[in-house]
Amino acid sequence: MTTPTRTAPAHTLRRVGLYAILVALALVFLIPLAWMVITSLKTYDGAQRIPPDWLPDPLSGYGYQQILTNSANPVLRWFLNSMLAATLHSLLVLATASMAAYALARMRFRGRGVSFALIVGTLFIPPTSLIIPNFLIVDSLNWIDTLAVVIVPGAASAFGVFFLRQFFLSLPKELEEAAVLDGANQWQIFYRVVLPLSKPALATLAVLSFLTNWNDFLWPIFVLFSPEKLTLPPGLGLLQGSYVTDYPVIMAGAVLASVPVLILFVLAQRHIIQGVSRSGLKG
Amino acid sequence: MADVIEVGAARGDAPPPAASAARRGAKSANRVGRATPYLFLAPYLVLFTVFGLLPIVLGLYLSVHQWDFQLPNRPFVGLDNYKELFSSDSAVFGDWWQSVRATAIFTVVSVPLLVVVPLGLALLLNRSFPGRTFFRAVYFAPYVLGVAVIGLLWRFLLDANLGLVNRVLGAVGLPSDTPWVTDVPWAWISLVGVTVWWTSGFNAVIYLAGLQDIAPELYEAAKVDGASTWERFRHVTLPGLRPVLLFVMTTTVLASANVFGQSFLITQGAPGTETRTVVWYIVEQGLRNNDAGRAAAMSIVFALMLAVVSLANFRLFRYRED
Repeated sequence: MTTPTRTAPAHTLRRVGLYAILVALALVFLIPLAWMVITSLKTYDGAQRIPPDWLPDPLSGYGYQQILTNSANPVLRWFLNSMLAATLHSLLVLATASMAAYALARMRFRGRGVSFALIVGTLFIPPTSLIIPNFLIVDSLNWIDTLAVVIVPGAASAFGVFFLRQFFLSLPKELEEAAVLDGANQWQIFYRVVLPLSKPALATLAVLSFLTNWNDFLWPIFVLFSPEKLTLPPGLGLLQGSYVTDYPVIMAGAVLASVPVLILFVLAQRHIIQGVSRSGLKG
Repeated sequence: MADVIEVGAARGDAPPPAASAARRGAKSANRVGRATPYLFLAPYLVLFTVFGLLPIVLGLYLSVHQWDFQLPNRPFVGLDNYKELFSSDSAVFGDWWQSVRATAIFTVVSVPLLVVVPLGLALLLNRSFPGRTFFRAVYFAPYVLGVAVIGLLWRFLLDANLGLVNRVLGAVGLPSDTPWVTDVPWAWISLVGVTVWWTSGFNAVIYLAGLQDIAPELYEAAKVDGASTWERFRHVTLPGLRPVLLFVMTTTVLASANVFGQSFLITQGAPGTETRTVVWYIVEQGLRNNDAGRAAAMSIVFALMLAVVSLANFRLFRYRED
């Protein structure tokens, strides 16, 4: 019984050491984000001081007032566009991917192997290499500078189908068989049995699709032009262009773009982390 | 990925009980059954065909044409667009290879860090202590922010005069006038550093899942055999992580090679166009300069380069395993 008393201080010391490292790392990740918020609450002059003040002096709503009132940079409009686009994109992915994944997981039909191979095959093609032809396609659909251009094409991604198919395959078949005996058709089984059982996977896919769409930058900066049509990421680029070193305004825009996804992250952390770790295991 | 497909194939051998039961069932159900799979697939397949498959074919078609968005005449030029990328007297040769060089530098420097740093984070988080979930969330948090936010934020933090980075360095007695975003090698350090800060939490979460899949008995057995912490890491953790490591390596190489937003927003290509990446150059050539044919050829050459790198990656790891 002497061992515990001897190792207890060493154990405590190790614990303190561990927490010291954990906290130091946490600061590395958090201080830049805190600095974004702090700067967004400074005045123009306050943010120009060298060396910079640690805290806003005076505390000011200047940055937020600028982004909410300057009609050349309709940030609120971008916010609403982003919200609408990410929500609709997420719903479109859920609807199309879940139906396709269910057919691929549970139904036997001619062409199943080929379609699945084609879908999985595109997972290996870098999406950036398809940007030029995809631009031509949305151009011929007359979608350039409309919200559809940031909602629809991304839903062709194979990830959702692949992700949900794996989940459906892991579901026990007994419930579906019972539903068949009760006279349910495929649609009823899918809608009343499979989807309710898949809520965690659907939530994960919904959140990941929302995040991806909300944050997308490369595609929207080339397919959206009019100031009132932009989503937040290309909008922020415009904001940087017009305010250059007026950092409180730029940081206020960055805060506005961050708040919804940070809230979503706090609320749906489990789903996001699970989705990411599962995407690793499937490799 | 391979076992996933095998699982699907194995299941395909025997008709799913649901389907065979339906076949035994009412005739009407049988008739509906024929078209049902295609109806379920149709909405996704429309999207997939138009925005997933068609662009591949169209990309190949564009790459053998001189295709200017603003000109009505778009002649077939054979492999000229490809040849130009490799002949030093063409108009695009210099810029193209400069962008390849920039992308290569970024990838070669960032990938080792993005493989090792997250592994360290994951090992740190892979023990039971109060607050574990909290710290994991904090380390992951930057990743949920998009590159636009990250880019704007770090352009400011790295500002030579007004930025926090130089201020903190000055406060601890280091040079406080480093031109982080306007000169090399600083611009490279900035781009890599920001990317490590931004995405390490993502890879760490993938590692964590892999670490939790290693059987605890293996560690117990190693302990009984008197293995030190390092030996347990070397002979239990690393072999157990090999598939996850390969996945992280491959996806990180691809992600790094596709870098765009960081250099577009933080260094803005500076100095000159030295940090302009391949993806940036391709979209600029194709969509700003209306030269879709050349840009499509570049996209294809770029995709092939990435395929070669990915295959080499797989080979390297499989050989080590033998």
